[in-house]
Amino acid sequence: MRGGLGIAVAIVAAAAGSAARAAEVRVGSKAFTESIVLGEMAAQLARAAGATALHRRALGGTRVLWEALRRGDVDVYPDYTGTLAREILSSEAPAGPDALRAALAARGILISGSLGFEDGYAVGVRREVAERLGLARISDLARHPEVRIGFTNEFMDRADGWPALRARYGLPHQPRGLDHDVAYRAVGAGALDATDVYTTDPELRRLNLVLLEDDRHAFPSYDAVLVYRADLARRAPEALAALRRLEGRISVTRMTELNARAQLDREAPEAVAASFLTETFGIGSPPPAEGVAARVLARTREHLALVAVSLLAAIACALPLGVLAARRPAVGRVLLGTVGVAQTVPALALLVLMIPLLGIGAAPAVGALFLYALLPIVRNVYAGLTGIPAELRDTARALGIPPRARLRRVELPLASPAILAGIRTAAVITVGGATLGALVGAGGYGQPILAGVRLASVPLILEGAVPAALLALAVDGAFGLVERAVVSPGLRPRPHQRPGTSR
Amino acid sequence: MTTAAEAPAIELRGVTARLGGGAGVGPLDLEVARGETVAVIGESGAGKSTLLRLVLGLVAPDAGTVRFEGVAVRADDDALRRRIGYVVQGGALFPHLTAGENATLVARHLRWDGERIARRLSELLRLVRLPEGIVDRYPRELSGGQAQRVSLVRALFLDPGALLLDEPLGALDPLTRALLQQDLRGVFAELGKTVVLVTHDLAEASFLARRLVLLREGAIAQIGTLEDLARRPAGPFVSRFVGAHRSLQLPEPEARS
Repeated sequence: MRGGLGIAVAIVAAAAGSAARAAEVRVGSKAFTESIVLGEMAAQLARAAGATALHRRALGGTRVLWEALRRGDVDVYPDYTGTLAREILSSEAPAGPDALRAALAARGILISGSLGFEDGYAVGVRREVAERLGLARISDLARHPEVRIGFTNEFMDRADGWPALRARYGLPHQPRGLDHDVAYRAVGAGALDATDVYTTDPELRRLNLVLLEDDRHAFPSYDAVLVYRADLARRAPEALAALRRLEGRISVTRMTELNARAQLDREAPEAVAASFLTETFGIGSPPPAEGVAARVLARTREHLALVAVSLLAAIACALPLGVLAARRPAVGRVLLGTVGVAQTVPALALLVLMIPLLGIGAAPAVGALFLYALLPIVRNVYAGLTGIPAELRDTARALGIPPRARLRRVELPLASPAILAGIRTAAVITVGGATLGALVGAGGYGQPILAGVRLASVPLILEGAVPAALLALAVDGAFGLVERAVVSPGLRPRPHQRPGTSR
Repeated sequence: MTTAAEAPAIELRGVTARLGGGAGVGPLDLEVARGETVAVIGESGAGKSTLLRLVLGLVAPDAGTVRFEGVAVRADDDALRRRIGYVVQGGALFPHLTAGENATLVARHLRWDGERIARRLSELLRLVRLPEGIVDRYPRELSGGQAQRVSLVRALFLDPGALLLDEPLGALDPLTRALLQQDLRGVFAELGKTVVLVTHDLAEASFLARRLVLLREGAIAQIGTLEDLARRPAGPFVSRFVGAHRSLQLPEPEARS
């Protein structure tokens, strides 16, 4: 059983490894435009310095990137000093840049100097509301509990977010937690009065928000920096030196403008980064853009690999587990309960939980999908076997067929419609779930979908969603054929019968 | 102690068994001679099926011993089970296998060669009067009577020492049932095997077997011919049971010889 997973992980690792071995600098970025543009700049600079650079873009949130950096899955990624101090090192809460550097160095992590701009948190209020109520500073909010506030979920949870704000200003509000894009749409539609914003966000102007002054300094400074592993200096000194050329070269207005081009004008992040590098350093050229067909083909290959490996591993483990559960009722209850628990963990949480164990890339996605696919198969193998009528089971025993042959010749064939239905369910779950793999760098159809959601680009969303839907249909069709080959005609519903009556 | 060769086909000594539902059987003492046909009769829940399942080792006795041809029956003695043919109500054919595959399942598992399997199959199809063409049909494409005959072929395939039949004609319409009763009697006579037949129908029992075992609430109420049960009942229950079949004709004297 463990062998199945081991082999699956090995296959994926081998597939991912062939690319990773040649790369000397692996750049990561978080799943928002600015981080991707900065990551792309870093990758292109490293390439210009002669290194082989790989950019694993839009990997997810701070935790995912930090874990990936600690494990060595990425060598460098852009982050902000305030985030590092409050979010990563929240237990030590290093005061000041020197304390931060020391605390990171103790973990084998170094940071560059500021890239030249701060992308801090701010509270943005609709101009009309701010003028009507006379709001200019965050402390003004305390007098106006009627202001409707919605914060992004991350801001609600982060130590340097709402908890810090509420404590410092004594705010009486009960803000709602929302998705970032939803919060912006709600503010734009007048359904919310205030939300948290990034100071380099190009949408601020369009949304006509007034940024309130942080008059009591609840927010730390959020200088943009490159965070990198200490061993990078030894492994790729030229590339590191090239990356550090970014220090002090990007102003707030420049970054906001680059963000606008990538996010509002939907220019490719690599092109935006390349034009900045050309103007600033006279280097860098955008890598040749892939055509849609090539992109879809690459995503299809990744998606199919995720689905196939996790599904095959799940089948290999779930069949014996289901048989065991059916044979030993006491074991079965424990087994089904345990496998069921994995199913109740939200997909995103399961993916993130996998990172410390399996790193980033395809492995954690396969791990999570594998766990998700187990339950429907184990449950259906169990149900199929225990659902065999008693007189058939008794007859098989009375005929003097030994247990193994009974399983092979009688019980599994009789349970095959249920087992196939379970595998089919698992396959559908896996095809859908694999889109989340893009959050941890596994690629697949989730990548264009996530990018499309980030950029509010319907064509990009469709580029992932349409092939995903087609794949689901194809998988369904394939199972029709498998059913024909595997399930005995004696068990298949006849055309004039109601489906299932022949079971 | 008798040697295996001369031991009775089936022997139960002081057998008791508690079942899941709370009902139980025993203590049971019963001997069935080789080549004898015995019918086990009684009301529903009297323990008739349990008696057969004890012989097959599908139910383990709590006390006492069950022997088949002198050998103590164990829970998972597959070799011993292959020497006993078993047919239940409805036939219990495996729906995923064709009639032919059902009949030849165990022989194929034992890796008999194809020619031997084919020969045995046609021989038995003739015996139970089924057409050859039926072998490719799936159980759901068979009538009740055909399914029961296929089930009989399956039970006889390895030429077992004994046949255990549990309400084999239970689910059939009266005409089919009458036909099959005739045919079964012919098969029993031709093969000369030990047969234990479970039925709740006294007429069927006395038509197919000479010695009857009447069970009541898990215990043997009386063993004897129909005439013994009718004329010398062991108690009021036996009278009531036989009386319920009052319309029945007693067998003619020459049929009893």
